[in-house]
Amino acid sequence: MNAPAQELEVAELAQSAILRSESELIEAAKRVAAVAAQYADAVDREARFPAEAVAAMRKERLFSAMIPTEYGGDGLSLTGVARLCEALAQGCASSAMIYAMHQSQVVCIVDHGVNVPWQRAFLARMVSEQLLLASATSEENIGGNMRTSACAVDLVDNAFRIEKLAPTISYGKYSDAILVTARRHPDAPPSDQVLIVAPRETFTLEQRGTWDTLGMRGTCSEGHRLVASGIAEQILPTPFSKIADESMLPVSHTLWSSVWCGIASDAANRGHQFFRNQARGKPALPPSAARLSQVLTLIKMMQARLRESLANVEAAQAERAARKANQSNDDDAPLAASIGINADLNMLKLAISQSALHVVQETLMICGMAGYKNDTPFSVGRHLRDLHSAPLMISNDRIELNTANLLLAQRAATGTI
Amino acid sequence: MKTELRRILAESARLDVPIDTLADGDDLYAAGLSSLATVHVMLAIEDEFGIEIPDHMLTRRLFSSVDSLASAVDELRRSQAAA
Repeated sequence: MNAPAQELEVAELAQSAILRSESELIEAAKRVAAVAAQYADAVDREARFPAEAVAAMRKERLFSAMIPTEYGGDGLSLTGVARLCEALAQGCASSAMIYAMHQSQVVCIVDHGVNVPWQRAFLARMVSEQLLLASATSEENIGGNMRTSACAVDLVDNAFRIEKLAPTISYGKYSDAILVTARRHPDAPPSDQVLIVAPRETFTLEQRGTWDTLGMRGTCSEGHRLVASGIAEQILPTPFSKIADESMLPVSHTLWSSVWCGIASDAANRGHQFFRNQARGKPALPPSAARLSQVLTLIKMMQARLRESLANVEAAQAERAARKANQSNDDDAPLAASIGINADLNMLKLAISQSALHVVQETLMICGMAGYKNDTPFSVGRHLRDLHSAPLMISNDRIELNTANLLLAQRAATGTI
Repeated sequence: MKTELRRILAESARLDVPIDTLADGDDLYAAGLSSLATVHVMLAIEDEFGIEIPDHMLTRRLFSSVDSLASAVDELRRSQAAA
């Protein structure tokens, strides 16, 4: 395929696609959530990939929702995508988390790949084939720090081959492409990383270990030996440190939080329904009345907190776009702003992961035995187990340390109303 | 002053390579300087030279090399002494 033909194809795609509004996309996500909900217990019980929900996402063309319209996507804002994640999470937490993780990869290519012909062509493929993207950032002997790699790109005649021992690649086996971190070249230090886009036909996976977990059992986040080969254009031109700060981290923290909010909301709705049934035709309120008020108060706070971070991230995206349009140098952008937004995203992750768990624990008290049993309309055991992953996905202990470190840079950290 | 700056970088910057192997103009980010480490470098510089680095000067460019740090410290010492 030569370059002009690619450009033409992209332009045609943009014209032929029917643009959907945010509310249309949310309706589509609700239809997917209904499918996901139907299989959520089986997915959980068997720790299997939510194939039905993912097929429904593909049919509703949700995988390209965040891709800009000029590349054939719906151009949905981050806040819009957050609402899709929230809606999906009310059906099946694993399915919603898979969708959120996919979008954290999409944004890396959208933000940092569009000047590379291969990457532009891949974006068009993502739209037309509704590709599901996964990520291989962790590596054995490196610990949980995704900002360092052991494996390295070794370009010979513009081609590379890498091998990575990844302790976890969520839904790797079922993905259509994996974004892989590696050191820039064989002599580069561990922190000098790049991000490689590896489509299905360019990699092989050998599963190592199992995924028999407390919750989020459908994400199938087994360890793998990944071997990928390809050409230089598959490597995004921006250093991974910048991709992570500007794109991957803001999107993953906000969308994970959206998923957790959605899980907590579904549990709270069950508690609310149970409470209404219990109160019906009785002269006095059930003893759990205060808990229900507290749960809904907390959910409202979580939603407001999440909206604040979404607005911050969108403002930062707009500022970067403006700087790019003015051709002003990123080196002169104030670090205080980027440190501030990183600290905010950390605090968002801490706040929502803890509060969401608390909501479900309280909901369990409201529903009592009906909530504790796994086979009632008020069961919240799966919600509770799924949400126990929230403080662990990038450990809150590590995030607290990191946040305190970032707060050192700020002379006044609380901000104002 | 560059001696003090190099000592601070050795103690706080957690670079991938020893600071002695870098020239004054070499890129510290390429040597593995992270945004977390810049915070510690900033605090150590403020402490060492008795200055306060204003937010508008806190940029990637400031931390890009020993030279860029030295000229900023120089400028701030002069302006804050005059104030």
